[in-house]
Order: sequence, then C-alpha cells, then structure tokens
Amino acid sequence: MSEAYSEKVMNYFRKPKNIGEIEDADAIGKVGNPTCGDLMWVYIKVGKKEDKEILKDVKVKTFGCVAAIATSSALTEMAKGMELEEAGKITKQDIADELGGLPPAKMHCSMLALDGLKKAIEEYYGKQYEKSK
Amino acid sequence: MSTKQVYLDNAASTPVDKRVLKEILPFFGEKYGNASSVHSSGREGMEAIQKAREKIAKAINAEPEEIIFTSSGTESNNLLIKGFARAGLEKEKHILTQKTEHDAVLHPIEELAKQGFETRVLEVDREGFFQMEEFEKEAGRAGLASIMHANNEIGTIYPIKKIGKICREKGTVFHTDAVQTVGKEKINVKKMKIDALSASAHKFYGPKGAGFLYLKEGIKIEGLMSGGGQERKLRPGTYNTQGIVGMGKALEIANKEMNNAKEKEKKMQKELAKRLMEIDDSWINGPKIGSKRLANNLSAGFEYVEGEAMLIKLDDYGIAASTGSACSSDSLKASHVLLGIGLRPRRAHGTLRFSLGKQNNIQDVKYVGEKMKKVVGELRNISPLKKGVIK
Repeated sequence: MSEAYSEKVMNYFRKPKNIGEIEDADAIGKVGNPTCGDLMWVYIKVGKKEDKEILKDVKVKTFGCVAAIATSSALTEMAKGMELEEAGKITKQDIADELGGLPPAKMHCSMLALDGLKKAIEEYYGKQYEKSK
Repeated sequence: MSTKQVYLDNAASTPVDKRVLKEILPFFGEKYGNASSVHSSGREGMEAIQKAREKIAKAINAEPEEIIFTSSGTESNNLLIKGFARAGLEKEKHILTQKTEHDAVLHPIEELAKQGFETRVLEVDREGFFQMEEFEKEAGRAGLASIMHANNEIGTIYPIKKIGKICREKGTVFHTDAVQTVGKEKINVKKMKIDALSASAHKFYGPKGAGFLYLKEGIKIEGLMSGGGQERKLRPGTYNTQGIVGMGKALEIANKEMNNAKEKEKKMQKELAKRLMEIDDSWINGPKIGSKRLANNLSAGFEYVEGEAMLIKLDDYGIAASTGSACSSDSLKASHVLLGIGLRPRRAHGTLRFSLGKQNNIQDVKYVGEKMKKVVGELRNISPLKKGVIK
C-alpha cells in the first residue's frame, strides 16, 4: 500500500456497514469505474418523514479495494435517514472527511460511491415521474 | 491480530540467512575500512570482496573479472541496457525484449526509444511465452536482446539456453534479468551463452542493497555514473563491503542447497495450488504447476473479488502475500504482466501472488489455503458480482 489508510477506513473495511441488498428496493444505482474495474450497486428504499421524502434504508454491494469498500459503506451510513435532496448534495470530500482522510490515489473511490447513490436517486425520481404521467 | 505469521512474499524479498548475517557483522564495527584504502583495514575489506566475487563467479560459471557489483537488480539492468546503448549501439539496430519483463528492463528501454533507438517488445501468450520463431527473426536485426530468466509475477521460466544460442549465432548481445532465478535455478553463463546477467542478493537470502551484473569479457558498456575507479570505472562509489560479502556467502549457500529447497518448494506449491483451486471460480496464472515455471511462485486469481482487499484480510491473519494489481500502488492500471498474458483488468485485479521460501513449511501452506477460503468468501458476500452477471 503506497499510503497508509486511516484507522476509520480500516474499521469500515473490516466491519462494513449496510452491506447487502434491499429486496424491495425503490431503485438501484449500478456504477463502475472502467479504469480500476471497481463496481458498486447502491440500493435505496424511500420513505416519508413529515411531508419530505427520506432515504429510509440504503445498502450497497461493492467489488473493489479496501478504499472502495470503506467509502461505499461510509456513504450508506451518512445517507441513511437523509432527505433525498440533501443526500444528493453529499460531496466526495464529505465522505473522505467521514473516513479521516483518503490517500489521494483513492479519492476516485468515494466519487464512485457518490455516483452510485446519485444514480439510484435519479432512477427513483424517474420512476416517480413515469408513475405520475 | 493473528499470532501466527506466514510470509509468502519471498519473490519480493527474503529473510537474511543466519549464516550470512554472521559473515556480514564484522564489517560494520571491526573491519570497517574503505576497501579502496591501502591500509590493512582497507585491504581486509578488499580481500573479502574478492572472495565474494570468486564465489559469485563460480556459482554461475563466469570469471571473477566478469562480475560488476551494483546496488540492486534494477541498477544492474539499467547499467547494462543504457550502458550498452551509450557505448555505441547503432541506432538502426533494435533493442529486443518481451512484454512480461520487469519495469527495470522495460522502462530503460522505453527511455532509449525516446532517444531515437529502435525497440521491439514481443507479445506473449496466456502462459507468458513469446513465439520463438518471431524472436529468431527479430534477433537478426537486434543489437541487444533482453529476456528475463523467469518472470517475477507469474513464474514463467523462459528457455534462455535456446535464446542464448540464437543470439550468439546472430551476433546479438544477450542480457537476462535473472533476479528471480539466481540461487534458485541452475545457471551456467558459458553453456547458456549469456552475455550479461542481472541479480540481486536479497532475493536469495542475502542483504538488501547488493546486486551484481555479470558482463562477458569483451562486451563494451559505458558506466552511468562518474566518480572513482571502482569496478573498472563502470560503477564508481565506495564498496558496499558488508553487502557484497553477504551476497557472496548467500549465493554460495543457495547454490549448495538449491535442489533440496526446490524439492520442498515444489511440494508446498502443489499443496497450495490444490487448496486454492478448491475455491470456486479461481484460476492459476502462468504455466501449469510442474511445468516450465518457478517452484516458489504461485499466481492465482479469484473471480468477483479484488486483490488489495484480500491482502489486507490476509494480513489480519498474519499472512503476507502480494498483488500486481493497481489498487495497491499509485497507478490505477493493472499489472502489465497480467494484462500482457490476456487477463481482463477485472481478473487482473483479482489476482494474488504467493511466493514460497525456505522458511516456509507445509503447515504454513495449509493455513493459507484455509484462510483464503474465508477471505474470498467474506469478500464475495460484499461483491455485487457473485450473484450477478459480469458485463
């Protein structure tokens, strides 16, 4: 490893949270990085809190390195319970901060996790639009 | 963390043999004179260096004057390739090599290509071999051919005796990067018609920071550094007496114990391969076990999982292995060797290299097999690919 991972990255990697599938997911964001080959599938379940739509549950399945597994897991922890619109505003720096930093060469991993979540949210909005027609 | 420690990264580096360490120690605090000095402390150092030179020459059937001490395999490769080109290689003559060479051979050649030298890199098949007919054809136009003795990642052993014969007939200078084979495979530079050979002590239970270049008498190269007159001015710099002494002793021991070590490694290799292949959707890279490959190397791939993640989980069990995959280095690209033999990037990223050494035993290998099943299983539970379809 060219640069050491933070303690938080290692903890997320060793005991990843929210790993798996949501059987009745409202949407799935499937993304991949063509350069390094990493894949992430982000499952979301949307619920209502007061009159706002929130991410009731977020789960992920990841094929990738230590950083990929840690970032995708950290993102699900951050996004769970958030309003959909707010979740769409999370940045890759937010994830890196949650993890106590990431080696520069691994910043793209957090980008991939974000893309997965955004894709899932877009898919959800798309489905809602189709339904409303 | 695990209390059991199993080191299966001997292709990266080996522990220093206790007998070697004992031989080295006096050169730190007692016999510390500069080997180029005329006083007795210096002469003592020079005598020890000359003895090491003789041992090393004998181990590969070269003459002592044909050994140039360097700091590493990388330096030996650079010295030979760049030094030979600078000593007057005609620009229309090719420098010939092949795809699975170490970066320490490929990068100097790429540098020369930028300076206007013609270069040719042969493609390889799934086991890492290039076509001999193609080599023969290209060798006729080459001034220098650099073909490794064995590959560091997938263990392919190249037919260097045949290659040496072809090069000698065509009048091409033949260099081999033998970093993975010196002390492990029999090498006879005269019989194999090798003109230049690179090696590094820490791969055969010697110290780090010591390497050598064998250069056949009569072949002209230019040194890469300017300074004093050491090593016929080809490699100036104060002698690394303790490193050189250690390298000599280490090679003497390795050659003497070569057959036993190899037999033991072959058994462990077979056992490890058997256990790893019990994991679904796994494969071995390089030539078949028991064929033209190193006895201490096992490169294996595991579908749906990534190398660095496996390495860290193994490390938690006290197991040291390595990966050529991008995600454990600064570059994102998968190993050029694994891509060169035709692995798709995703499969290259799922590859680990286990390399055996004389400190390992069959119990170690069984332990690794058992833990690998756990590690791959855990990561596949996380992976979206296990149930899904690979696109």
